[in-house]
Amino acid sequence: MSRLTYFGIFIVAIVIFVAVFAPFLATHDVTVQNLELRFAEPSAEHWFGTDALGRDVYSRVLFGARISLQVGIIVVGVSAVIGIFIGSIAGFYGGWVDRILSGYVFNVFLAFPGLLLAIAFVAFLGAGLEKLILALCIIGWVGYARVMRGQVLKVREYDFVHAARALGAGNMRILFTHILPNAIQPLIVQSSLGMAGAVLSEASLSFLGLGIPPPAPSWGTMIDEARQFFSIYPHVLFFPGVAIALTVLAFNFLGDGLREYLDPKQRTR
Amino acid sequence: MKYKLLNLARQIGLIILVMWTVVSLVTLLIEFVPGTPATAILGETATQEQIDDFNKKHGLDRPAFFISVSKNGTVTWNGMENRYVDYFSGLLQGDLGRSFRTDRPILDMVMERYPATIKLALASMLVAIAIAIPLGVVAGTNKGGIIDNFASLVALLGISLPTFVVGPFLVYIFAVKIGWFSATGSLYPEDIVLPAVTLGAALSAILTRMVRSSVIEELGEDYVRTARAKGLRERTVVFKHVLKNGLIPVVTILGLQLGVLLAGSIITEKIFSWQGLGLLLLDEGIAKRDYRLVQGCVLVISLTYIIANSLTDLVYRWLDPRIRLS
Repeated sequence: MSRLTYFGIFIVAIVIFVAVFAPFLATHDVTVQNLELRFAEPSAEHWFGTDALGRDVYSRVLFGARISLQVGIIVVGVSAVIGIFIGSIAGFYGGWVDRILSGYVFNVFLAFPGLLLAIAFVAFLGAGLEKLILALCIIGWVGYARVMRGQVLKVREYDFVHAARALGAGNMRILFTHILPNAIQPLIVQSSLGMAGAVLSEASLSFLGLGIPPPAPSWGTMIDEARQFFSIYPHVLFFPGVAIALTVLAFNFLGDGLREYLDPKQRTR
Repeated sequence: MKYKLLNLARQIGLIILVMWTVVSLVTLLIEFVPGTPATAILGETATQEQIDDFNKKHGLDRPAFFISVSKNGTVTWNGMENRYVDYFSGLLQGDLGRSFRTDRPILDMVMERYPATIKLALASMLVAIAIAIPLGVVAGTNKGGIIDNFASLVALLGISLPTFVVGPFLVYIFAVKIGWFSATGSLYPEDIVLPAVTLGAALSAILTRMVRSSVIEELGEDYVRTARAKGLRERTVVFKHVLKNGLIPVVTILGLQLGVLLAGSIITEKIFSWQGLGLLLLDEGIAKRDYRLVQGCVLVISLTYIIANSLTDLVYRWLDPRIRLS
C-alpha cells in the first residue's frame, strides 16, 4: 500500500476517534453563545477561535465530525444493503428482471445529477437529519447496485456455483451463501469512496441550508455561517473547511489504496 | 444497418422513458410538501376563501393523480381531470405553469437565468480542459516522476476540496487580498473567472487523472512504436498520435460532467451570487417556498443533463469507430 493510503487510514482513524470522544475532547459547549467574544482569534482559551455568535469553533469542529461520520455510516450502510440486494437480484436472475432493473431503473437514477435529486427531495420534504439521510440513500444505492450486478454476473458462472446447483442448493442459498461472499470485495472500495461522497453531500446540502439546521455544528452549516464574514475573519471558515477537505481526502485515499490492494492489475499502473 | 437503427430506436426509447420518469417524479414530489403550497405561500393566517382562490388559480383544487385514496381508504378514479395530466400537457406546449409567488410564467423566469448558468458551466469546462490536458500529458509521459506525483496529488486535492471551501478561499486571495476580481456578482466580463475556476477545479482533477491514464495506455500501443520507428520527434508522437486517440474517453467524461457542472453550479452560484438557475432555485424557489418554480428549475436542469448525456453518447460512438461498428 502506498504512503497516501497510510495517510488516509491515519486521518480516518483520527476522525473516528474525534467523533467517538468528542464530548471528552471538546473544551466548550457547542451551542453556548458569548456575544462579547464574537470572532475571537485562535488562543489558549479558544484553540480555533470563535464564530459570529461567540461559540467555540474547535468544539464545533469536533462535534461536526460526529455528524459527518454518523450521516456517512448510515447512508453508506443503508445504500449498500439496498444496492447489494437489488444488484444481486438483477445479476443473478438476468432476463427481464435485469432488463427492467439495470436497463431502466438504474438508468433513471443515474439520469439525475445526484446532488440535484437530493436538493429536490429536501426542498419538497423539508430540511432535517432524517430527510437528508433519506435523500442521500435514494441517490446512493444505485452505485452499489451497478457494481454488485456486474460482480454477480461474473461470479455466477464460476464452477463452485454450478457445483452448488448440482448438489441441489436453491436460488437464494446459492445467491446469498455462495455468490455474495465472493462478489462483495469491490463493494469495500465503493463504500470507502461512498463515505467521502456522503460526507461531501451532507456538507453541501447543509451549506445550501437544506441539511441539518442550526445550531447543530455541521461542517457545511458552519461554512455557510462563516461565509459572509470570511474576508475579515478567515479563521471561522478555515478550520471547518480543512476538516471537510481532510476527511474527504482521507476516505478517497483509503478507497484508492484499497482498490489498488484488492486489484493486482491496478498495481502496475 | 437494421441493428444500428434498432439500437438507435432503443436508445431514443430509453431517453424518452427516463424523461417521462423525471417529469413524473418532479410533478409528484409537490404532493409530499408538508402542509399545502397555499398555506406555505399565504401563511397560517390566510382565510379559507383566500386558500380556495389560490388553489383554484393554480389548479391545485383538482385531484393530484389518476386515482386518489381518501382517509377512510376509498379509492376514487379521477380520469384525465388531474394535475399530473395538466402539468404534462402544459409541458408539451412549453408551459411550466406560473409562479406561486409572482404569478409570472415559470418558463420566462427560468429562461432569464438559464444562459448565465450555461455560460458558467462552459467557462468552468474550459478552465478544466486548460488545466487538465497539459498536466495530464506531462504526468503521463513522465510516469512515476516528480511531475507525475505532483499532478496526482493536485488531482486528488481537486476532487476532495469542496466547491464551498475552494470558492471562499479564492475570493479571499484574488478579490480581498490582491483585488483582481470582484468577490461576487457578474458586472464585468472578468467576474466569471473565480466562479469558473471554483466550479472547474474538481472537473480538472478528474480530467487530469483521465488524460494521464489515457496517455500511459496509448504510449504502450504498437502504432506509437511505429511512429517512433519512423523517426518522428517525441513531441509529434505525443501530440499528433497519442493525444488524438487518448482524448476519446476524455470527450465522454466532458459530456457527462456538463450535467454534473450544472448541478454543481447551484453551490458556486450561491458563493458568488451568480445570477443563474441555481440561485433562482435557492433564493426564489426553495427559500420562498415557490414549489412551482422549484419544479421548473429541477426539471430544466435535469432535462439539460439528460440531453447532454445522450448527445455525449452519440458523439462518443461517432468518434470511436470500434463502438460505432460493433
